[in-house]
Amino acid sequence: MSLSISLSVNGVAREVALDDPRVTLLDLLRERLDLTGTKKGCDRGQCGACTVLLDGRRINACLALAASCDGAAVLTIEGLAQGDTLHPVQAAFIAHDGLQCGFCTPGQIMSAVGLLREAQTGDDPERVREAMSGNLCRCGAYAGITEAILDAQRQLAAPDHAEAA
Amino acid sequence: MNRFEYIRPATIAEAVAAAAAPGAAYLAGGTNLIDLLKGGIVRPERVVDVTRLPGLDAIETLADGSVRIGALVRNADLAHDPDFAHRFPAVVEALLSGASAQLRNAATVGGNLLQRTRCAYFYDVASACNKRTPGAGCAARGGDTRLAAVLGWSEHCIATHPSDFCVPLVALDAVVEIVGTAGSRDVPLESLHRLPGDTPARESVLEPGELIVAVRLPADAASFAAHARYLKLRERTSYAFAVVSAAAALRIEHGAIVAARIALGSVAPKPWRAHAAEAVLTGAHPDRAAFRRAAEAALADATPSGDNGFRIELSRRVVARALARAAAGTPARLPALPASPFAPAPGGLHA
Repeated sequence: MSLSISLSVNGVAREVALDDPRVTLLDLLRERLDLTGTKKGCDRGQCGACTVLLDGRRINACLALAASCDGAAVLTIEGLAQGDTLHPVQAAFIAHDGLQCGFCTPGQIMSAVGLLREAQTGDDPERVREAMSGNLCRCGAYAGITEAILDAQRQLAAPDHAEAA
Repeated sequence: MNRFEYIRPATIAEAVAAAAAPGAAYLAGGTNLIDLLKGGIVRPERVVDVTRLPGLDAIETLADGSVRIGALVRNADLAHDPDFAHRFPAVVEALLSGASAQLRNAATVGGNLLQRTRCAYFYDVASACNKRTPGAGCAARGGDTRLAAVLGWSEHCIATHPSDFCVPLVALDAVVEIVGTAGSRDVPLESLHRLPGDTPARESVLEPGELIVAVRLPADAASFAAHARYLKLRERTSYAFAVVSAAAALRIEHGAIVAARIALGSVAPKPWRAHAAEAVLTGAHPDRAAFRRAAEAALADATPSGDNGFRIELSRRVVARALARAAAGTPARLPALPASPFAPAPGGLHA
């Protein structure tokens, strides 16, 4: 069977012909659209490395069939910066050493962007940690990740950043 | 993952007709099914994607005061609905104690009810499992039974139902709305899941093609809002299935319990309502002794399914503690670690 789907990927309209309905959103991004920033860790919804925003909400791309995402808007790590200007969450991860090896980082950052959009944690580090529990970091950069998210949240709340995110 | 035919129907009638065929499976959020497909644990010939069916994503209050939750409402959307959270705080605490934020954004109400067990032998296709392959035997029996059932199990299957969401729902008398080729019907959530007996592969009363379209909470369920909690014991504080969990809801008037609702999770093949324990509490003073008596009643029929007798006493303590928390009152805001027995360490080592 062949199935044609339409996606907006990082703001660009994409038409993709799927020859197999088993393709996940993660494999579509990495193998067919050459967007390898989204990482495949466990591929079973346990590590969060594949986190992307689907219609503005963070999900695990490994557990979504691409066919089922027909018509959706996908935002990946490649679509976050504005030209050479990093998104405040990206900049904060660098400033606070929120990474070591970097493999989980695209998923951490996309999850953090989703968390800030959800606006459920406030400035409570314990709530930030709980809301990030779907993203594992085997280097153990959690302390820097939490600081980076809290800092990015403060920056985005500042008047000169009001239109970002 | 086996090859399958992918169908995305536009109406409930089309979906039900497509899924009535042998070997068909419904797909909604996919958080459980895609994982099972990848492991070769389920091998459907046809996948019926219900995510585009109209009218199944609303949270509505009906004329009789009951609340109807569409089957496609995402777990996160239900948990973050302020009005719903105000009326059914234990349901929200259970939702937010489950999975991760990413999974809650995708997972649906209907899918949560029908999620499969997390029994390791069910997931391991090299192990015998009567659920996966009827008649194959049960490798869990005599195996690692630390997380296996202590209530409702049979010699053919000792797996547990892992849902958090279902536990307060069954305590609050939730009703499941079902549509099938023969029409619509309502089934109490307590009767949706079957006990394994000698047919553990048949996990619910749903007939082929039948689709859950909504879950209803009766108007009376909101009357417990002031004293309703969910408590979930896990091997790590977040992003883990329960070892044992309990929902407790009380209505207290003039210092006495006038109505109690109790259910347990992850100890039985289905979300386990503890009617006998509720009866013990009706009219009682809400104190430790009464909660312990209720806990004894809740586990009165429990038996180990292997080397897991500790789960019975653990369950009693979780029930008693959930009741104590409920009696203390629903907090104005959910704790940072929903349903956790632990409070955050103040000024902790991190950040």
